[in-house]
Amino acid sequence: MDLLFEFLTTLKNTVIDVLPILSIILGFQLLVIRKPIPHIKQVGFGFIYVLIGLALFLLGLEKALFPLGKMMAEQLTAPEFIHAGEQVLTSIHWTDYKWVYIFAAAIGFSTTIAEPSLIAVALKAEEVSGGAINANSLRISVAIGVAFGIALGSYRIVVGHPIHYYIIAGYIVVVIQTFYCPKLIVPLAYDSGGVTTSTVTVPLVAALGLGLASTIPGRSPLIDGFGLIAFASLCPIIAVMAYAQLTEAKTHRTNKKLEKRKRIKEEKRNLNRNNEAP
Amino acid sequence: MNHQFIVFLKALLGSCKDLLPIILVIAFFQFAVLQQPMPNIGDILVGLALVVLGLTFFIYGLEMGLFPIGESMAQAFAKKGSISWLLTFAFCLGFGTTVAEPSLIAVAKEAAIVAASGGIIADTLESQLSYANGLRFTVAFAVGFAIVIGVLRIIRGWPIQYLILGGYVVVVLMTLIAPSWIIGIAYDSGGVTTSTITVPLVTALGVGLASAIKGRNPMIDGFGLIAFASLTPMIFVMIYGMVIS
Repeated sequence: MDLLFEFLTTLKNTVIDVLPILSIILGFQLLVIRKPIPHIKQVGFGFIYVLIGLALFLLGLEKALFPLGKMMAEQLTAPEFIHAGEQVLTSIHWTDYKWVYIFAAAIGFSTTIAEPSLIAVALKAEEVSGGAINANSLRISVAIGVAFGIALGSYRIVVGHPIHYYIIAGYIVVVIQTFYCPKLIVPLAYDSGGVTTSTVTVPLVAALGLGLASTIPGRSPLIDGFGLIAFASLCPIIAVMAYAQLTEAKTHRTNKKLEKRKRIKEEKRNLNRNNEAP
Repeated sequence: MNHQFIVFLKALLGSCKDLLPIILVIAFFQFAVLQQPMPNIGDILVGLALVVLGLTFFIYGLEMGLFPIGESMAQAFAKKGSISWLLTFAFCLGFGTTVAEPSLIAVAKEAAIVAASGGIIADTLESQLSYANGLRFTVAFAVGFAIVIGVLRIIRGWPIQYLILGGYVVVVLMTLIAPSWIIGIAYDSGGVTTSTITVPLVTALGVGLASAIKGRNPMIDGFGLIAFASLTPMIFVMIYGMVIS
């Protein structure tokens, strides 16, 4: 009974979030386009499914994953865990936080795989590209990017470097890759940066950043706690372009191999023909 | 009916697979690293079941409702041929979906507390509220602007990389002159703007437009709207920070 009540509250909040979008769509459809929505029944049911799905998803996250994830982030960054046995904190070394980096990467990867908006974009990309881009490979490369990004972001909080050096360096990598990678993937790669950080990733990552920044001496949670999300949106761009480059290199190599094999066959055939005709 | 049920089961199985990594990560860290028993396991199992169900419904509804409506609207606008209405729609979609975005509201509130404790704004509830609202409207305006630019790009067929790289240059230059307390928030605000419902809609809009306009490739021209929406908020928030100080 309690669960049902909670579900209804979450559903109500989701509906409120969606209201502005819905009113914009309806307003433009009725006042500007002035045509009935095609397949209105199906679209309506689809919308209802999306709302119910999102509400269930959020409720489940709140019940199961968020409290657990936040608690783990707190425990992993707690001084008792990191400096087990040492009574006096003399200095911190970045390697003390190795479990934090591993946790950051693992949680970044796994939450990205479950991110609904990334699933949406990956499905669309697979459909539009006619299967040339595989939805699952795209999601895995984005997830690797996020994992690396959040681990790097946690390292930055631990050592306390200014954020913009990292971001600018990342931009430079993006610029260089843009010129060398297949043109087809560029817009999708740029998109994947913004897509990754929504419902699932943000709360968990924010908890991690806050936990780190508030337990490390000399870091302010208010200033250093921010910035992890920026890493999580930059690294997937690099990862997706790298994925495209790797795939291209691979097909290039197999094509070359096929060509070579063909050439050898043809040469043999020519040789045979020459031998037969005296 | 039977067929639909099988489709549903397949989707359910897919959602389980999507969730498996999270379960593994949490179990590993809880038992192997932190070495602690799982607290209230019943709640967690119920929650996981809800997440799996929710994800299944979401994806199901996505293909039924969100994608078709985004594409049909894009095609209707393309047929109508009125660029100004299309751009108005683009702006409304960006602004409207962002201004009410819960994660943005949360971040803006947090940022207001930072600013108040840092002495940037007066430490009263009122000034915090106005700062947070200012931040929210700045980001929402930036996203509306971004979708407009992105739609214009699709119509005109501008290559995306020059626009995005140009945006990066602006971000870097602004970073040099913007007050340092705004930089972290500005960089983050790029990531938090695009919500779970906006992304599929905006993607469908872009792909629909690119397929409706002659000479555009949906793969090259259709994607990229979200990229703009994560870039412009950084620039606008830094401007906001400069204006305030």
